[in-house]
Amino acid sequence: MPELPLPTSVPLSWYLLLSAILFALGIAGFLYRRNIITVFMSIELMLNAVNLSFVTFSYKLKQVDGHIFSFFVMVVAAAEAAVGLAIILTVFKNRRTLEVDEIDSMKY
Amino acid sequence: MPLANFIPTADDYLRYLPEIILTVVGVVIMFLEAVGGERRKPALGWLAGAGLLAAIWGSVVALGVGGTGFQNMVIVDGFATFFRILVLVIGLLTIVSSTQYLDREKANAGEFHALLLFSIAGQCVMASANELIMVFIGLEISSIASYILAGYLRDDRRNNESALKYFLLGSFATAFLLYGVAWVYGLTGSTNLAEVRRVLMTPESAPNLVLMGTAAALMFVGFAFKVSAAPFQVWAPDVYQGAPAPVSAFMSTGPKAAAFAVFLRVFITAFGPIATRWEPFVWGSAIATMIVGNFAALTQTNIKRLLAYSSIAHAGYVLVAVTAHSEIGTAAAMFYLAAYAFMQIGAFAVVTWFSRQGEKFVNVDDLAGLGERQPMVAAMLTIFLLSLIGVPLTGGFFGKFYIFRAALDSNLVWLTVIGLLNSAVAAYYYLRLIVVMYMKEPGAATENIGPVSAGLRVAILGSALATLVLGIFPSLVLDFAGRSAALVK
Repeated sequence: MPELPLPTSVPLSWYLLLSAILFALGIAGFLYRRNIITVFMSIELMLNAVNLSFVTFSYKLKQVDGHIFSFFVMVVAAAEAAVGLAIILTVFKNRRTLEVDEIDSMKY
Repeated sequence: MPLANFIPTADDYLRYLPEIILTVVGVVIMFLEAVGGERRKPALGWLAGAGLLAAIWGSVVALGVGGTGFQNMVIVDGFATFFRILVLVIGLLTIVSSTQYLDREKANAGEFHALLLFSIAGQCVMASANELIMVFIGLEISSIASYILAGYLRDDRRNNESALKYFLLGSFATAFLLYGVAWVYGLTGSTNLAEVRRVLMTPESAPNLVLMGTAAALMFVGFAFKVSAAPFQVWAPDVYQGAPAPVSAFMSTGPKAAAFAVFLRVFITAFGPIATRWEPFVWGSAIATMIVGNFAALTQTNIKRLLAYSSIAHAGYVLVAVTAHSEIGTAAAMFYLAAYAFMQIGAFAVVTWFSRQGEKFVNVDDLAGLGERQPMVAAMLTIFLLSLIGVPLTGGFFGKFYIFRAALDSNLVWLTVIGLLNSAVAAYYYLRLIVVMYMKEPGAATENIGPVSAGLRVAILGSALATLVLGIFPSLVLDFAGRSAALVK
């Protein structure tokens, strides 16, 4: 791989920090948001935070493995979105609601 | 490296034969589903069964050319073959126990079988993964197909809810696993399990242990979700209760066995050098899982939910074997997962038959008088429940015996004591089912109950036979498990 000029303005650790913050925001969104679509978007945010970490590490290690990994993550996220949105649609069709708290027909 | 090195050899394809067969047959089924008429639907089940049998043959062929393949991406050893064959057999039992169910619920049979095969293909990928990328891809192939299976009856509200919860919590867990993988990659510079181990073993290159421990903990969260270990077990009861009964049987055995396979492989091969760091966490999780599963099961009135909590408790016993992180611990976990699969699928097969259209009868009290009205089925269910308790002469007994012996060998005395006390608690809720079956007056639910279909009969008798064989001749499976338990290469 050709030698890439290392960025002088933004240190690499900042990218990792940003990735950690995005991941934490995703967790918070998953736990506190009540709309299913928003919950699902929070999961996607977490996956993208992971991608940012992969690319950063890959750049630092001067390998392509991390880049390839992030492509796999994107493909899987797309497949997951296809299935997930279909599931959310059937839930909406049967219940006319997208509030997580109202999906509670199982008895304890 | 020259490009030619990256071209897979013929042996590489042979090592991946089961996955190739499953994928091809799955795609063919989807195609035939689209072009074939209604008449041909039953044939698709047979085709799926033939595909699974061919894949079992493929696993044996793959073991013949064992070793690593595709640039160390996959490893075909006894351990991988054991889990491949286990999930394939689970798939066969699921297919025979779902035929009557699918007819009864008037559910289209084609895509059910295709999705089942894809899910099993993912589990085979997991079993033979030698690289964190493969672990992730296998996990997702298996999970995405099972999300759909959990909500297979689109118009059923409980199915919808089950699929939604499984999907949301499953993907949430995957994100944790991936973040852990990202940090392992960043700290060790590799995602190959053997390479990660090598880096952790060399003192000069060993990464910061706190960060490495965090990465391992993140991956543990992901695996714990998939095997329904406490404190990440909350999804399991709702999902198993809401999903179609044959699918619950499949989800509580197949994906769980495969998830334990990668869990063992990653934590013993890659994270083996830092075992003293992760052992306390797995120890705590094992205890919490056993206690939560068993005590919550005590008060359940729904049989499927009861079996879901019992499946959590059984994950706890396997975690005891993982905590031991020794060769006999691994062999004990392998044996236990096999024994557990048969008794769980057998119990769910009885529930599948008993619940009838729309799963109307799923309460414990509905079983009243089954012993009088259907003595044969009641006897089979009794075998499964006794095995779940761990009574001698059943597979469950030897499973628990080997696990606790492995734990004692690794000086985990307290864990063993708590595990044994938990088995005693568990006896209460399993015996309650037997008492209701034999000692209560027959109620409305056991009236006019139809005969057991041929497929379900095969599933129930096959599972019962396997449970007894594992209980009387455990060495048949245990010898193989013991020989292939040495994970580190």
